[in-house]
Amino acid sequence: MTKNRKQQRKQATLLVLLATGMFGFAFALVPLYEIFCEVTGFNGRTFGQTTASVEQFSQVVGREVTIEFVAHVGRGMPWEFRPTENRLRVRTGEVSETKFYARNYANKLVTGQAVPSVTPGAASLSLHKIECFCFTQQQLEAGEEVEMPVLFYVDDDLPADIGTLSLSYTLYPVPDAQVVTLDDDVQGSPTLILEHSEEHSGS
Amino acid sequence: MIAHADTIPPARHPLVSFILRWVLTTNHKEIGTLYLCLSFVLFLIGGAMAMVFRAELAQPGLQFMTADFYNQLLTLHGLVMVFGAVMPAFVGLANWMIPMMIGAPDMALPRLNNFSFWILPFAFFLLLSSLFMEGGAPNFGWTLYAPLSTTYGPPSTDFLIFGIHLMGISSILGAINIIVTIFNLRAPGMTLMKMPLFVWTWLITAFLLIMAMPVLAGVVTMMLTDRHFGTSFFEASGGGDPLIFQHVFWFFGHPEVYIMILPGFGIASQIIPTFARKPLFGYASMVYATVAIAGLSFVVWGHHMFATGMPLATELFFMYATMLIAVPTGVKVFNWVATMWRGSMTFETPMLFAIGFVVMFTIGGFSGLMLAIAPVDFQYHDTFFVVAHLHYVLYPGAIFATMAAVYYWLPKWTGNMYDERLGKIHFWSAVIGLNLTFFPMHFVGLAGMPRRIVDYALPYAGLNLFATLGAWILGLTQLLFLYIVIKTIRGGEKATDQVWESAEGLEWTVPSPAPHHTFDTPPRVE
Repeated sequence: MTKNRKQQRKQATLLVLLATGMFGFAFALVPLYEIFCEVTGFNGRTFGQTTASVEQFSQVVGREVTIEFVAHVGRGMPWEFRPTENRLRVRTGEVSETKFYARNYANKLVTGQAVPSVTPGAASLSLHKIECFCFTQQQLEAGEEVEMPVLFYVDDDLPADIGTLSLSYTLYPVPDAQVVTLDDDVQGSPTLILEHSEEHSGS
Repeated sequence: MIAHADTIPPARHPLVSFILRWVLTTNHKEIGTLYLCLSFVLFLIGGAMAMVFRAELAQPGLQFMTADFYNQLLTLHGLVMVFGAVMPAFVGLANWMIPMMIGAPDMALPRLNNFSFWILPFAFFLLLSSLFMEGGAPNFGWTLYAPLSTTYGPPSTDFLIFGIHLMGISSILGAINIIVTIFNLRAPGMTLMKMPLFVWTWLITAFLLIMAMPVLAGVVTMMLTDRHFGTSFFEASGGGDPLIFQHVFWFFGHPEVYIMILPGFGIASQIIPTFARKPLFGYASMVYATVAIAGLSFVVWGHHMFATGMPLATELFFMYATMLIAVPTGVKVFNWVATMWRGSMTFETPMLFAIGFVVMFTIGGFSGLMLAIAPVDFQYHDTFFVVAHLHYVLYPGAIFATMAAVYYWLPKWTGNMYDERLGKIHFWSAVIGLNLTFFPMHFVGLAGMPRRIVDYALPYAGLNLFATLGAWILGLTQLLFLYIVIKTIRGGEKATDQVWESAEGLEWTVPSPAPHHTFDTPPRVE
């Protein structure tokens, strides 16, 4: 019975390890999901700032596509936020600019963070933003209004079956504790916020 | 501390002795009884919740409750039924029967067994007391989707999370116990391919439990940290994604529903050969089919998410994989039918429930196949069609299998035959009740009635009234079942050891009622 007991203990230990491993697997799914989405573009996230090169501005342009602009205000955000134009006909490879209008109608300084999303997901891999108000937090004084530019181009590798894509921004409030001052050298996409473990609680 | 036959019993008040006996028992039969009793109590509680919200749904408009309370009731109904009724019932049957079926004296880890059980009343106390907390009980469905649960959930959500952690620990420890028991304590001569099907299906279910429940623990932990510790797993403003909640939850959730049916398949495979007086058709294919179902269950989770905007390739993959599961399931159904073919059948109550299981679970499987077809699932998703499907596979599926098992093995447990006439009345009224309740849901669902919403458009009124009447009939049948079980415990026609003319298996070689300790020396199996 002792040999059996040892065998049982070994099996029970292995099974506990399997259970623990699966618990860790659940958490591992979070970065795995991020990587999967980055590679496939399936969840419509755009990733970070693209540096513009001289070649970019003089690139031979390709086919025409339509890009539509959508703006949402997140819960608890006292701003008006809308695109200045609903859509733009652009050519792939051609650098274009659009502006988003924002106005803080609260009676105090408010900081916001815009989170972009591209539909269809497959198009998100081809939309490159050279300059975007979503790279940094935006601050507006009470009553202040602003037009915020986005400088972008649609890469020629956009799948042939996509003729229209949408670029949508949702503006979320940033709690005072997480406001980044201009001295900080933090720049990047919302995924960087996650990596730096900055805490954003939905209000 | 516990009295053995050869020591003088301590001079204790009988009530103290009674309580200590049940709190401290490590005996698989007593723990099995504890699980079955808890399961039935929770089944009645979950069912009572359903009676209440079915009363609200009997007519359009709001009669008895707020929308929020309706949502609380249906959330708790789902949680209690899944984690409190179906799972503990199957664990109770496993505890009672697996050691006897393999010729073992008890489970491999008896004290762990006791602990696994006693976690549960505490966990359910936490869960059910949430109804009385400020903000009410959780109201976002048993599927706990973020951000409804994380950002907008009431304070009691944290108690729910804790309760789920406890239930998960109980299930995982129980599953470890079952696997170690089956691997190590089989009587000499009982190879794996000679084990009864109930033992096989429980072995596979135990592996599913160990692999799936920790994922649920992970996802509710992420819920907890999102709610209170500043993480943003599911919060877009922090870089997270609500959709990943659904992926991780259903990665657990789909194996979970197979956990809730595989032991039922095993029970059917025990009962049908007995009352058809013919060996089970295709033993080996039954084992392989169960393994195939279990394996496939890990790659179909996306069929709960067809309407979330997944890319075409993903939808196709999940659709094909889901339809594929129907194949081994079909093999099992055909094998049960083939067992009955040219058999010498009698229709005692266990057989009635088992055949009812095969027929009506298959109906539930057909609505499942319809749901599997991604393009049309856009019509069915989040309608009562899904509610119809899930209740057909769970009620005539898991519950009927459990009731069949109880009728089948009650004479062995108590030494008394149950009242056959009453058992048949129970069966037929349950069939009428459940079909009257759940069949109309196919139609209102197809016609567009959404689920998890307290009110509905006027055209759905008639069938909803039928469903409520059916639900109340079904509720009454539970009381009849309770009466039958208690009556059998207290007395009845004496049962023989064999009980059923054509029953095979080691459990029928021990006396009825089964003595406290069986197979202290292992039998030799041919």
